[in-house]
Amino acid sequence: MLQSAVFTVIVAILGLLTISPLFWMVSGALKGQDEQYSFRLIPQNPTLENFHYVFTALPFARYMANSFFVAGVVTIIALWFHSMAAYALARLRFPGRDFLFLVIFSTLLVSLPVILVPLFILVRELHMLNSYAGLIVPAIFNAFGIFLLRQFYLGIPQELEEAAIVDGAGYWRVYWNIILPLSKPILAALAVFFFLANWNSFLWPLTITTDQSKWMVQIAIASFQQQYASSQNYIMAASVVVALPTMLLFFFFQRQLVESIKTSGFK
Amino acid sequence: MRRAAQSEAVATRGAASWRIRRRRPRSDTVAAYGFLAPNGIGFLVFTLIPIGASFVISLYHWPLVGEASFAGTQNYRALATSDPVFWQVLRNTFSYVFGYVPLNILLSLGIAVWLSSKIRGKNLFRVIFFLPVVTPMVANAMIWTLLYMPQSGVIDWFLVNVLHISGPNWLGSQTLAMPAMIVMSVWQGFGYNMLILSAGLQSIPVELYDAAAIDGASSWRRFLNVTLPLLTPFLFFAFVMTLITSFQVFTQPYVLTGGGPGVSTTTLVLYLYNNGFQFFKMGYASALAWILFVIIMTATAIQFVAQKRWVHYG
Repeated sequence: MLQSAVFTVIVAILGLLTISPLFWMVSGALKGQDEQYSFRLIPQNPTLENFHYVFTALPFARYMANSFFVAGVVTIIALWFHSMAAYALARLRFPGRDFLFLVIFSTLLVSLPVILVPLFILVRELHMLNSYAGLIVPAIFNAFGIFLLRQFYLGIPQELEEAAIVDGAGYWRVYWNIILPLSKPILAALAVFFFLANWNSFLWPLTITTDQSKWMVQIAIASFQQQYASSQNYIMAASVVVALPTMLLFFFFQRQLVESIKTSGFK
Repeated sequence: MRRAAQSEAVATRGAASWRIRRRRPRSDTVAAYGFLAPNGIGFLVFTLIPIGASFVISLYHWPLVGEASFAGTQNYRALATSDPVFWQVLRNTFSYVFGYVPLNILLSLGIAVWLSSKIRGKNLFRVIFFLPVVTPMVANAMIWTLLYMPQSGVIDWFLVNVLHISGPNWLGSQTLAMPAMIVMSVWQGFGYNMLILSAGLQSIPVELYDAAAIDGASSWRRFLNVTLPLLTPFLFFAFVMTLITSFQVFTQPYVLTGGGPGVSTTTLVLYLYNNGFQFFKMGYASALAWILFVIIMTATAIQFVAQKRWVHYG
Protein backbone atom coordinates (compact mmCIF):
# COMPACT_ATOMS: atom_id res chain seq x y z
CA MET A 1 0.00 0.00 0.00
CA LEU A 2 2.75 2.40 1.04
CA GLN A 3 4.72 1.31 -1.98
CA SER A 4 1.94 2.24 -4.37
CA ALA A 5 1.37 5.55 -2.57
CA VAL A 6 5.02 6.47 -3.06
CA PHE A 7 4.75 5.46 -6.68
CA THR A 8 1.66 7.60 -7.12
CA VAL A 9 3.38 10.62 -5.64
CA ILE A 10 6.37 10.13 -7.94
CA VAL A 11 4.18 9.86 -11.01
CA ALA A 12 2.14 12.87 -9.95
CA ILE A 13 5.34 14.90 -9.67
CA LEU A 14 6.45 13.64 -13.06
CA GLY A 15 3.10 14.65 -14.49
CA LEU A 16 3.49 18.10 -13.04
CA LEU A 17 7.02 18.38 -14.41
CA THR A 18 5.85 17.21 -17.81
CA ILE A 19 3.05 19.71 -18.15
CA SER A 20 4.88 22.67 -16.62
CA PRO A 21 7.02 23.69 -19.64
CA LEU A 22 3.87 23.85 -21.75
CA PHE A 23 2.01 25.66 -19.01
CA TRP A 24 4.91 28.09 -18.70
CA MET A 25 4.80 28.63 -22.45
CA VAL A 26 1.12 29.61 -22.40
CA SER A 27 1.54 31.74 -19.31
CA GLY A 28 4.59 33.49 -20.76
CA ALA A 29 2.77 34.16 -24.00
CA LEU A 30 0.08 36.04 -22.06
CA LYS A 31 2.49 38.20 -20.09
CA GLY A 32 2.90 41.80 -21.11
CA GLN A 33 6.17 43.62 -21.67
CA ASP A 34 6.38 44.69 -18.00
CA GLU A 35 5.86 41.18 -16.66
CA GLN A 36 8.03 39.40 -19.16
CA TYR A 37 10.76 38.49 -16.67
CA SER A 38 8.56 37.88 -13.66
CA PHE A 39 8.30 34.34 -12.36
CA ARG A 40 4.62 34.57 -11.56
CA LEU A 41 2.85 31.41 -12.64
CA ILE A 42 -0.24 33.21 -13.83
CA PRO A 43 0.17 36.62 -15.42
CA GLN A 44 -1.25 39.50 -13.44
CA ASN A 45 -2.41 41.46 -16.46
CA PRO A 46 -2.91 38.87 -19.18
CA THR A 47 -2.73 40.36 -22.64
CA LEU A 48 -2.95 39.20 -26.25
CA GLU A 49 -0.43 41.85 -27.23
CA ASN A 50 2.31 39.30 -27.96
CA PHE A 51 0.16 37.39 -30.42
CA HIS A 52 -0.73 40.61 -32.13
CA TYR A 53 2.95 41.42 -32.40
CA VAL A 54 3.89 38.01 -33.77
CA PHE A 55 1.25 38.23 -36.48
CA THR A 56 2.15 41.77 -37.51
CA ALA A 57 5.96 41.73 -37.20
CA LEU A 58 6.09 38.72 -39.50
CA PRO A 59 3.72 37.33 -42.12
CA PHE A 60 2.85 34.62 -39.64
CA ALA A 61 -0.57 34.00 -41.12
CA ARG A 62 1.12 33.21 -44.39
CA TYR A 63 3.44 30.67 -42.73
CA MET A 64 0.49 29.06 -41.00
CA ALA A 65 -1.37 28.85 -44.30
CA ASN A 66 1.67 27.27 -45.96
CA SER A 67 1.87 24.66 -43.25
CA PHE A 68 -1.84 23.89 -43.36
CA PHE A 69 -1.72 23.57 -47.11
CA VAL A 70 1.38 21.38 -47.30
CA ALA A 71 0.43 19.14 -44.38
CA GLY A 72 -3.14 18.84 -45.64
CA VAL A 73 -2.23 17.95 -49.21
CA VAL A 74 0.45 15.48 -48.16
CA THR A 75 -2.05 13.80 -45.84
CA ILE A 76 -4.76 13.41 -48.47
CA ILE A 77 -2.50 12.18 -51.27
CA ALA A 78 -0.54 9.90 -48.96
CA LEU A 79 -3.70 8.26 -47.63
CA TRP A 80 -4.97 7.74 -51.14
CA PHE A 81 -1.73 6.26 -52.52
CA HIS A 82 -0.99 4.22 -49.43
CA SER A 83 -4.44 2.67 -49.30
CA MET A 84 -4.19 1.74 -52.98
CA ALA A 85 -0.85 0.01 -52.44
CA ALA A 86 -2.08 -1.65 -49.27
CA TYR A 87 -5.17 -2.95 -51.06
CA ALA A 88 -3.02 -4.57 -53.74
CA LEU A 89 -0.60 -6.02 -51.19
CA ALA A 90 -3.33 -7.39 -48.94
CA ARG A 91 -6.14 -8.43 -51.26
CA LEU A 92 -4.77 -9.21 -54.68
CA ARG A 93 -2.76 -12.19 -55.76
CA PHE A 94 0.16 -11.59 -58.06
CA PRO A 95 3.70 -12.82 -58.51
CA GLY A 96 6.34 -10.92 -56.56
CA ARG A 97 3.90 -9.67 -53.95
CA ASP A 98 5.92 -10.70 -50.91
CA PHE A 99 9.12 -9.41 -52.43
CA LEU A 100 7.57 -6.01 -53.18
CA PHE A 101 6.22 -5.79 -49.68
CA LEU A 102 9.67 -6.51 -48.33
CA VAL A 103 11.20 -3.79 -50.50
CA ILE A 104 8.61 -1.25 -49.36
CA PHE A 105 9.05 -2.33 -45.76
CA SER A 106 12.82 -2.02 -45.94
CA THR A 107 12.54 1.64 -46.96
CA LEU A 108 11.60 2.23 -43.31
CA LEU A 109 15.31 1.94 -42.60
CA VAL A 110 16.18 4.71 -45.05
CA SER A 111 15.60 7.89 -43.13
CA LEU A 112 15.54 11.43 -44.43
CA PRO A 113 19.00 12.52 -43.21
CA VAL A 114 20.61 9.65 -45.10
CA ILE A 115 19.18 10.80 -48.43
CA LEU A 116 19.01 14.52 -47.69
CA VAL A 117 21.74 15.53 -50.15
CA PRO A 118 20.61 13.51 -53.19
CA LEU A 119 16.99 14.43 -52.50
CA PHE A 120 17.95 18.09 -52.46
CA ILE A 121 19.86 17.72 -55.74
CA LEU A 122 16.96 15.83 -57.31
CA VAL A 123 14.42 18.41 -56.25
CA ARG A 124 16.70 21.17 -57.54
CA GLU A 125 17.02 19.43 -60.92
CA LEU A 126 13.21 19.20 -61.05
CA HIS A 127 13.08 22.96 -60.35
CA MET A 128 11.08 22.36 -57.21
CA LEU A 129 13.25 24.23 -54.68
CA ASN A 130 11.20 26.90 -52.90
CA SER A 131 7.96 25.41 -54.18
CA TYR A 132 4.95 23.69 -52.68
CA ALA A 133 5.61 20.72 -54.94
CA GLY A 134 9.08 20.35 -53.46
CA LEU A 135 7.65 20.42 -49.96
CA ILE A 136 4.81 18.05 -50.73
CA VAL A 137 5.91 15.37 -53.20
CA PRO A 138 8.87 13.78 -51.37
CA ALA A 139 6.88 13.72 -48.12
CA ILE A 140 4.15 11.52 -49.57
CA PHE A 141 6.01 8.27 -49.79
CA ASN A 142 6.61 6.33 -46.62
CA ALA A 143 6.12 2.72 -45.78
CA PHE A 144 4.52 3.29 -42.41
CA GLY A 145 1.03 4.01 -43.74
CA ILE A 146 1.15 1.19 -46.26
CA PHE A 147 2.24 -1.21 -43.56
CA LEU A 148 -0.57 -0.28 -41.16
CA LEU A 149 -3.26 -0.26 -43.84
CA ARG A 150 -2.12 -3.60 -45.21
CA GLN A 151 -2.40 -5.14 -41.74
CA PHE A 152 -5.92 -3.77 -41.49
CA TYR A 153 -6.97 -4.98 -44.94
CA LEU A 154 -5.69 -8.48 -44.25
CA GLY A 155 -8.38 -8.71 -41.59
CA ILE A 156 -11.35 -7.75 -43.77
CA PRO A 157 -13.56 -10.79 -44.49
CA GLN A 158 -13.38 -12.08 -48.05
CA GLU A 159 -17.18 -12.38 -48.42
CA LEU A 160 -17.80 -8.65 -48.80
CA GLU A 161 -15.40 -8.42 -51.68
CA GLU A 162 -16.70 -11.57 -53.32
CA ALA A 163 -20.26 -10.38 -53.25
CA ALA A 164 -19.26 -7.23 -55.08
CA ILE A 165 -17.22 -9.17 -57.61
CA VAL A 166 -20.15 -11.47 -58.30
CA ASP A 167 -22.17 -8.34 -58.94
CA GLY A 168 -19.64 -7.48 -61.59
CA ALA A 169 -17.63 -4.83 -59.78
CA GLY A 170 -14.10 -4.23 -61.02
CA TYR A 171 -11.02 -3.78 -58.86
CA TRP A 172 -11.41 -0.04 -58.64
CA ARG A 173 -15.02 -0.29 -57.49
CA VAL A 174 -14.12 -2.88 -54.88
CA TYR A 175 -11.35 -0.62 -53.60
CA TRP A 176 -13.38 2.57 -53.72
CA ASN A 177 -16.81 1.33 -52.59
CA ILE A 178 -15.91 -1.46 -50.20
CA ILE A 179 -12.35 -1.29 -48.95
CA LEU A 180 -12.11 2.46 -48.42
CA PRO A 181 -15.39 2.89 -46.51
CA LEU A 182 -14.48 -0.08 -44.30
CA SER A 183 -11.16 1.48 -43.44
CA LYS A 184 -12.52 4.83 -42.30
CA PRO A 185 -11.38 4.43 -38.69
CA ILE A 186 -7.80 3.61 -39.55
CA LEU A 187 -7.72 6.27 -42.28
CA ALA A 188 -8.87 8.84 -39.72
CA ALA A 189 -6.13 7.76 -37.34
CA LEU A 190 -3.49 7.91 -40.03
CA ALA A 191 -4.76 11.29 -41.20
CA VAL A 192 -4.19 12.77 -37.76
CA PHE A 193 -0.81 11.14 -37.62
CA PHE A 194 0.34 12.33 -41.05
CA PHE A 195 -0.96 15.83 -40.52
CA LEU A 196 0.90 16.16 -37.23
CA ALA A 197 4.11 14.73 -38.66
CA ASN A 198 4.06 17.14 -41.58
CA TRP A 199 2.98 20.13 -39.56
CA ASN A 200 5.93 19.46 -37.26
CA SER A 201 8.47 18.52 -39.92
CA PHE A 202 11.57 20.64 -39.90
CA LEU A 203 14.67 19.27 -41.62
CA TRP A 204 13.24 18.95 -45.12
CA PRO A 205 11.52 22.36 -45.33
CA LEU A 206 14.64 23.91 -43.76
CA THR A 207 16.76 22.38 -46.51
CA ILE A 208 14.74 23.37 -49.56
CA THR A 209 13.07 26.68 -48.74
CA THR A 210 15.15 29.83 -48.65
CA ASP A 211 12.32 31.93 -50.09
CA GLN A 212 10.41 33.22 -47.08
CA SER A 213 7.07 33.20 -48.88
CA LYS A 214 7.29 29.38 -48.95
CA TRP A 215 8.37 28.97 -45.35
CA MET A 216 6.46 26.53 -43.23
CA VAL A 217 5.66 27.70 -39.77
CA GLN A 218 8.37 25.66 -37.99
CA ILE A 219 11.09 27.29 -40.08
CA ALA A 220 9.56 30.67 -39.39
CA ILE A 221 9.59 30.29 -35.61
CA ALA A 222 13.12 28.89 -35.58
CA SER A 223 14.33 31.98 -37.42
CA PHE A 224 12.11 34.14 -35.24
CA GLN A 225 13.90 32.74 -32.20
CA GLN A 226 17.27 33.74 -33.60
CA GLN A 227 16.02 37.28 -34.21
CA TYR A 228 14.15 37.82 -30.98
CA ALA A 229 16.26 35.75 -28.61
CA SER A 230 15.88 38.28 -25.82
CA SER A 231 12.12 38.73 -26.01
CA GLN A 232 10.78 35.80 -24.05
CA ASN A 233 7.17 36.80 -24.38
CA TYR A 234 7.29 36.92 -28.19
CA ILE A 235 9.04 33.57 -28.41
CA MET A 236 6.46 32.02 -26.09
CA ALA A 237 3.63 33.50 -28.14
CA ALA A 238 5.13 32.18 -31.37
CA SER A 239 5.49 28.75 -29.80
CA VAL A 240 1.88 28.77 -28.65
CA VAL A 241 0.74 29.66 -32.15
CA VAL A 242 2.49 26.69 -33.76
CA ALA A 243 1.69 24.29 -30.93
CA LEU A 244 -2.00 25.17 -30.68
CA PRO A 245 -3.20 23.37 -33.83
CA THR A 246 -1.37 20.21 -32.76
CA MET A 247 -2.87 20.35 -29.27
CA LEU A 248 -6.37 20.89 -30.63
CA LEU A 249 -5.96 18.05 -33.08
CA PHE A 250 -4.75 15.85 -30.28
CA PHE A 251 -7.64 16.69 -27.95
CA PHE A 252 -10.26 16.13 -30.62
CA PHE A 253 -8.75 12.99 -32.14
CA GLN A 254 -7.07 11.55 -29.08
CA ARG A 255 -8.65 8.16 -29.49
CA GLN A 256 -7.71 7.76 -33.18
CA LEU A 257 -4.16 8.87 -32.56
CA VAL A 258 -3.66 6.56 -29.62
CA GLU A 259 -5.14 3.63 -31.55
CA SER A 260 -2.89 4.19 -34.53
CA ILE A 261 0.19 4.26 -32.34
CA LYS A 262 -0.86 1.22 -30.39
CA THR A 263 -1.36 -0.80 -33.54
CA SER A 264 1.76 0.50 -35.23
CA GLY A 265 4.02 -2.02 -33.58
CA PHE A 266 2.26 -5.24 -33.91
CA LYS A 267 0.15 -7.85 -35.60
CA MET B 1 -14.55 -29.21 -65.67
CA ARG B 2 -17.55 -31.42 -65.24
CA ARG B 3 -16.82 -31.91 -61.59
CA ALA B 4 -16.68 -28.22 -61.06
CA ALA B 5 -20.03 -27.85 -62.76
CA GLN B 6 -21.48 -30.46 -60.44
CA SER B 7 -20.23 -28.72 -57.36
CA GLU B 8 -21.82 -25.56 -58.65
CA ALA B 9 -25.14 -27.30 -58.50
CA VAL B 10 -24.43 -28.41 -54.95
CA ALA B 11 -23.69 -25.11 -53.23
CA THR B 12 -24.17 -21.64 -54.55
CA ARG B 13 -21.61 -20.02 -52.29
CA GLY B 14 -18.97 -22.51 -53.23
CA ALA B 15 -19.81 -21.95 -56.84
CA ALA B 16 -19.54 -18.24 -56.49
CA SER B 17 -16.00 -18.39 -55.24
CA TRP B 18 -15.17 -20.97 -57.87
CA ARG B 19 -16.48 -18.70 -60.56
CA ILE B 20 -14.37 -15.81 -59.26
CA ARG B 21 -11.24 -17.85 -59.47
CA ARG B 22 -12.15 -18.92 -62.98
CA ARG B 23 -13.13 -15.50 -64.16
CA ARG B 24 -9.95 -13.88 -62.92
CA PRO B 25 -7.27 -16.32 -63.90
CA ARG B 26 -4.22 -14.09 -63.76
CA SER B 27 -5.68 -10.66 -64.26
CA ASP B 28 -4.99 -9.67 -60.62
CA THR B 29 -1.44 -8.99 -61.68
CA VAL B 30 -2.18 -6.11 -64.02
CA ALA B 31 -4.56 -4.46 -61.56
CA ALA B 32 -2.15 -4.97 -58.68
CA TYR B 33 0.67 -3.25 -60.47
CA GLY B 34 -1.69 -0.43 -61.34
CA PHE B 35 -2.60 0.03 -57.69
CA LEU B 36 1.04 -0.13 -56.67
CA ALA B 37 2.35 2.17 -59.40
CA PRO B 38 2.00 5.60 -57.72
CA ASN B 39 3.82 4.43 -54.61
CA GLY B 40 6.24 2.25 -56.51
CA ILE B 41 7.39 5.14 -58.67
CA GLY B 42 7.51 7.40 -55.64
CA PHE B 43 9.66 5.01 -53.64
CA LEU B 44 11.93 4.43 -56.58
CA VAL B 45 12.47 8.12 -57.32
CA PHE B 46 12.43 9.55 -53.81
CA THR B 47 13.92 6.77 -51.70
CA LEU B 48 15.68 3.97 -53.54
CA ILE B 49 17.53 5.96 -56.18
CA PRO B 50 18.58 8.61 -53.63
CA ILE B 51 20.07 5.99 -51.29
CA GLY B 52 22.25 4.73 -54.13
CA ALA B 53 22.95 8.27 -55.29
CA SER B 54 23.97 9.19 -51.78
CA PHE B 55 26.77 6.63 -51.96
CA VAL B 56 27.86 7.74 -55.42
CA ILE B 57 27.95 11.41 -54.36
CA SER B 58 30.03 10.45 -51.33
CA LEU B 59 32.76 9.38 -53.78
CA TYR B 60 32.94 12.88 -55.29
CA HIS B 61 34.00 16.36 -54.34
CA TRP B 62 30.56 17.76 -54.99
CA PRO B 63 30.05 21.51 -54.53
CA LEU B 64 26.58 23.10 -54.39
CA VAL B 65 27.12 24.64 -57.81
CA GLY B 66 29.71 23.79 -60.40
CA GLU B 67 31.51 20.66 -61.53
CA ALA B 68 31.86 17.64 -59.31
CA SER B 69 35.15 15.80 -59.42
CA PHE B 70 35.79 12.17 -58.59
CA ALA B 71 37.36 11.71 -55.18
CA GLY B 72 37.33 7.98 -54.63
CA THR B 73 37.50 7.27 -50.92
CA GLN B 74 39.01 10.68 -50.14
CA ASN B 75 35.95 11.97 -48.31
CA TYR B 76 35.90 8.94 -46.06
CA ARG B 77 39.65 9.11 -45.49
CA ALA B 78 39.45 12.81 -44.70
CA LEU B 79 36.72 12.11 -42.15
CA ALA B 80 38.72 9.36 -40.50
CA THR B 81 42.16 10.95 -40.48
CA SER B 82 42.09 14.72 -40.82
CA ASP B 83 38.79 15.86 -39.30
CA PRO B 84 38.94 15.92 -35.51
CA VAL B 85 35.46 17.45 -35.43
CA PHE B 86 34.05 14.26 -36.97
CA TRP B 87 35.29 12.10 -34.09
CA GLN B 88 33.93 14.58 -31.59
CA VAL B 89 30.60 14.55 -33.43
CA LEU B 90 30.54 10.77 -33.38
CA ARG B 91 31.24 10.76 -29.63
CA ASN B 92 28.49 13.35 -29.10
CA THR B 93 25.99 11.29 -31.05
CA PHE B 94 26.78 8.13 -29.14
CA SER B 95 26.63 9.84 -25.77
CA TYR B 96 23.25 11.25 -26.75
CA VAL B 97 22.03 7.79 -27.76
CA PHE B 98 23.40 6.10 -24.66
CA GLY B 99 21.86 8.73 -22.44
CA TYR B 100 18.56 9.19 -24.19
CA VAL B 101 17.49 5.66 -25.08
CA PRO B 102 17.77 4.00 -21.63
CA LEU B 103 16.22 6.99 -19.85
CA ASN B 104 13.35 7.07 -22.31
CA ILE B 105 12.67 3.32 -22.03
CA LEU B 106 12.91 3.20 -18.22
CA LEU B 107 10.66 6.21 -17.74
CA SER B 108 8.05 5.09 -20.26
CA LEU B 109 8.07 1.56 -18.81
CA GLY B 110 7.64 2.81 -15.24
CA ILE B 111 4.79 5.10 -16.16
CA ALA B 112 3.10 2.55 -18.41
CA VAL B 113 3.14 0.03 -15.56
CA TRP B 114 1.71 2.60 -13.19
CA LEU B 115 -1.00 3.54 -15.68
CA SER B 116 -1.95 -0.12 -16.09
CA SER B 117 -3.00 -0.38 -12.45
CA LYS B 118 -6.40 0.74 -11.25
CA ILE B 119 -6.04 4.42 -10.49
CA ARG B 120 -8.11 7.53 -10.78
CA GLY B 121 -7.21 10.24 -13.24
CA LYS B 122 -5.39 7.75 -15.45
CA ASN B 123 -6.60 9.31 -18.68
CA LEU B 124 -5.60 12.78 -17.62
CA PHE B 125 -2.09 11.57 -16.90
CA ARG B 126 -1.90 9.77 -20.20
CA VAL B 127 -2.85 12.98 -22.00
CA ILE B 128 -0.28 14.98 -20.04
CA PHE B 129 2.56 12.57 -20.69
CA PHE B 130 1.72 12.33 -24.36
CA LEU B 131 1.23 16.04 -25.01
CA PRO B 132 4.92 16.91 -25.65
CA VAL B 133 4.99 14.22 -28.34
CA VAL B 134 2.40 16.07 -30.43
CA THR B 135 3.56 19.63 -29.86
CA PRO B 136 6.19 20.67 -32.42
CA MET B 137 9.80 19.82 -31.63
CA VAL B 138 10.92 23.31 -32.64
CA ALA B 139 8.51 24.98 -30.23
CA ASN B 140 9.40 22.51 -27.47
CA ALA B 141 13.10 23.17 -27.91
CA MET B 142 12.50 26.93 -27.94
CA ILE B 143 10.66 26.75 -24.63
CA TRP B 144 13.43 24.70 -23.09
CA THR B 145 16.03 27.16 -24.33
CA LEU B 146 14.23 29.76 -22.24
CA LEU B 147 13.83 27.40 -19.28
CA TYR B 148 17.58 26.71 -19.27
CA MET B 149 18.59 30.40 -19.45
CA PRO B 150 20.72 31.66 -16.60
CA GLN B 151 18.89 34.25 -14.49
CA SER B 152 15.78 34.61 -16.64
CA GLY B 153 15.12 30.86 -16.84
CA VAL B 154 12.75 29.09 -14.48
CA ILE B 155 15.25 26.34 -13.69
CA ASP B 156 17.79 28.88 -12.49
CA TRP B 157 15.11 30.68 -10.50
CA PHE B 158 14.16 27.42 -8.81
CA LEU B 159 17.75 26.56 -7.93
CA VAL B 160 18.48 30.00 -6.54
CA ASN B 161 15.23 30.75 -4.71
CA VAL B 162 14.12 27.32 -3.56
CA LEU B 163 17.30 25.30 -3.19
CA HIS B 164 19.53 28.32 -2.57
CA ILE B 165 22.29 27.17 -4.85
CA SER B 166 23.56 28.99 -7.90
CA GLY B 167 22.58 27.40 -11.18
CA PRO B 168 25.01 26.75 -13.98
CA ASN B 169 24.67 28.07 -17.52
CA TRP B 170 23.23 24.80 -18.78
CA LEU B 171 23.39 25.30 -22.51
CA GLY B 172 26.56 27.38 -22.37
CA SER B 173 28.63 24.68 -20.74
CA GLN B 174 30.67 22.12 -22.65
CA THR B 175 29.87 19.43 -20.11
CA LEU B 176 26.25 20.24 -19.25
CA ALA B 177 24.80 21.13 -22.64
CA MET B 178 24.55 17.52 -23.76
CA PRO B 179 22.83 16.25 -20.59
CA ALA B 180 20.48 19.25 -20.81
CA MET B 181 19.65 18.28 -24.38
CA ILE B 182 19.03 14.69 -23.34
CA VAL B 183 16.66 15.74 -20.56
CA MET B 184 14.69 17.92 -22.95
CA SER B 185 14.52 15.08 -25.48
CA VAL B 186 13.32 12.55 -22.92
CA TRP B 187 10.60 14.97 -21.86
CA GLN B 188 9.56 15.36 -25.46
CA GLY B 189 9.72 11.71 -26.49
CA PHE B 190 8.87 9.24 -23.72
CA GLY B 191 5.09 9.57 -24.14
CA TYR B 192 5.25 7.68 -27.40
CA ASN B 193 6.88 4.62 -25.89
CA MET B 194 4.58 4.89 -22.91
CA LEU B 195 1.67 4.27 -25.29
CA ILE B 196 3.37 1.35 -27.03
CA LEU B 197 4.16 -0.28 -23.70
CA SER B 198 0.65 0.44 -22.38
CA ALA B 199 -0.72 -1.45 -25.36
CA GLY B 200 1.64 -4.29 -24.51
CA LEU B 201 0.52 -4.37 -20.90
CA GLN B 202 -3.13 -4.47 -21.95
CA SER B 203 -2.44 -7.51 -24.11
CA ILE B 204 -1.31 -9.58 -21.12
CA PRO B 205 -4.19 -11.85 -20.03
CA VAL B 206 -5.43 -11.12 -16.50
CA GLU B 207 -5.60 -14.85 -15.73
CA LEU B 208 -1.83 -15.02 -15.69
CA TYR B 209 -1.69 -12.47 -12.89
CA ASP B 210 -4.41 -14.27 -10.99
CA ALA B 211 -2.54 -17.54 -11.30
CA ALA B 212 0.67 -15.94 -10.09
CA ALA B 213 -1.15 -14.25 -7.21
CA ILE B 214 -2.67 -17.56 -6.13
CA ASP B 215 0.81 -19.04 -6.16
CA GLY B 216 1.67 -16.37 -3.64
CA ALA B 217 3.96 -14.29 -5.84
CA SER B 218 4.60 -10.76 -4.59
CA SER B 219 3.77 -7.89 -6.89
CA TRP B 220 7.45 -7.36 -7.65
CA ARG B 221 7.87 -11.08 -8.47
CA ARG B 222 4.78 -10.93 -10.68
CA PHE B 223 6.26 -7.99 -12.49
CA LEU B 224 9.60 -9.76 -13.04
CA ASN B 225 8.24 -13.19 -13.93
CA VAL B 226 4.95 -12.45 -15.67
CA THR B 227 4.80 -8.87 -16.90
CA LEU B 228 8.33 -8.29 -18.07
CA PRO B 229 8.77 -11.47 -20.18
CA LEU B 230 5.40 -10.97 -21.88
CA LEU B 231 6.21 -7.35 -22.51
CA THR B 232 9.54 -8.04 -24.20
CA PRO B 233 8.21 -7.99 -27.80
CA PHE B 234 6.83 -4.50 -27.14
CA LEU B 235 9.99 -3.42 -25.36
CA PHE B 236 11.97 -4.67 -28.31
CA PHE B 237 9.91 -2.66 -30.76
CA ALA B 238 10.10 0.48 -28.62
CA PHE B 239 13.81 0.02 -28.11
CA VAL B 240 14.67 -0.48 -31.78
CA MET B 241 12.54 2.43 -32.98
CA THR B 242 13.92 4.75 -30.31
CA LEU B 243 17.45 3.69 -31.10
CA ILE B 244 17.03 4.30 -34.83
CA THR B 245 15.50 7.73 -34.39
CA SER B 246 17.92 8.87 -31.70
CA PHE B 247 20.91 8.41 -34.00
CA GLN B 248 19.22 10.99 -36.24
CA VAL B 249 18.73 13.71 -33.66
CA PHE B 250 18.83 17.10 -35.37
CA THR B 251 16.20 19.60 -34.30
CA GLN B 252 17.17 19.68 -30.61
CA PRO B 253 20.82 20.67 -31.15
CA TYR B 254 19.83 22.98 -34.02
CA VAL B 255 17.42 24.96 -31.86
CA LEU B 256 18.81 24.54 -28.33
CA THR B 257 22.51 25.09 -28.86
CA GLY B 258 23.28 25.37 -32.55
CA GLY B 259 25.67 22.49 -31.88
CA GLY B 260 27.73 24.40 -29.33
CA PRO B 261 29.34 25.52 -27.21
CA GLY B 262 32.23 24.73 -29.51
CA VAL B 263 31.05 21.53 -31.15
CA SER B 264 30.09 19.86 -27.87
CA THR B 265 26.49 19.16 -28.92
CA THR B 266 26.95 18.85 -32.69
CA THR B 267 25.41 15.53 -33.68
CA LEU B 268 26.00 13.48 -36.81
CA VAL B 269 22.95 14.81 -38.65
CA LEU B 270 23.60 18.41 -37.64
CA TYR B 271 27.17 18.04 -38.88
CA LEU B 272 25.86 16.47 -42.07
CA TYR B 273 23.44 19.35 -42.58
CA ASN B 274 26.12 21.95 -41.89
CA ASN B 275 28.56 20.35 -44.30
CA GLY B 276 26.00 19.99 -47.06
CA PHE B 277 24.07 23.22 -46.72
CA GLN B 278 26.30 25.65 -44.84
CA PHE B 279 29.74 24.69 -46.20
CA PHE B 280 28.26 23.29 -49.43
CA LYS B 281 30.40 20.15 -49.31
CA MET B 282 27.81 17.76 -50.67
CA GLY B 283 30.21 14.87 -51.17
CA TYR B 284 31.52 15.14 -47.65
CA ALA B 285 27.96 15.37 -46.30
CA SER B 286 27.02 12.24 -48.25
CA ALA B 287 29.95 10.35 -46.77
CA LEU B 288 28.59 11.33 -43.36
CA ALA B 289 25.14 10.18 -44.47
CA TRP B 290 26.47 6.76 -45.39
CA ILE B 291 28.32 6.46 -42.13
CA LEU B 292 25.04 7.25 -40.39
CA PHE B 293 23.24 4.70 -42.55
CA VAL B 294 25.78 1.99 -41.71
CA ILE B 295 25.58 2.82 -38.00
CA ILE B 296 21.78 2.58 -38.03
CA MET B 297 21.81 -0.68 -39.99
CA THR B 298 24.42 -2.19 -37.71
CA ALA B 299 22.64 -1.14 -34.54
CA THR B 300 19.37 -2.55 -35.87
CA ALA B 301 21.00 -5.79 -36.98
CA ILE B 302 22.63 -6.23 -33.57
CA GLN B 303 19.24 -5.78 -31.92
CA PHE B 304 17.62 -8.35 -34.17
CA VAL B 305 20.34 -10.87 -33.40
CA ALA B 306 20.36 -10.08 -29.69
CA GLN B 307 16.58 -10.32 -29.39
CA LYS B 308 16.81 -14.12 -29.43
CA ARG B 309 18.38 -13.87 -26.00
CA TRP B 310 15.80 -11.68 -24.34
CA VAL B 311 12.60 -11.39 -26.34
CA HIS B 312 9.88 -13.95 -25.66
CA TYR B 313 7.35 -14.48 -28.38
CA GLY B 314 4.69 -16.50 -26.74
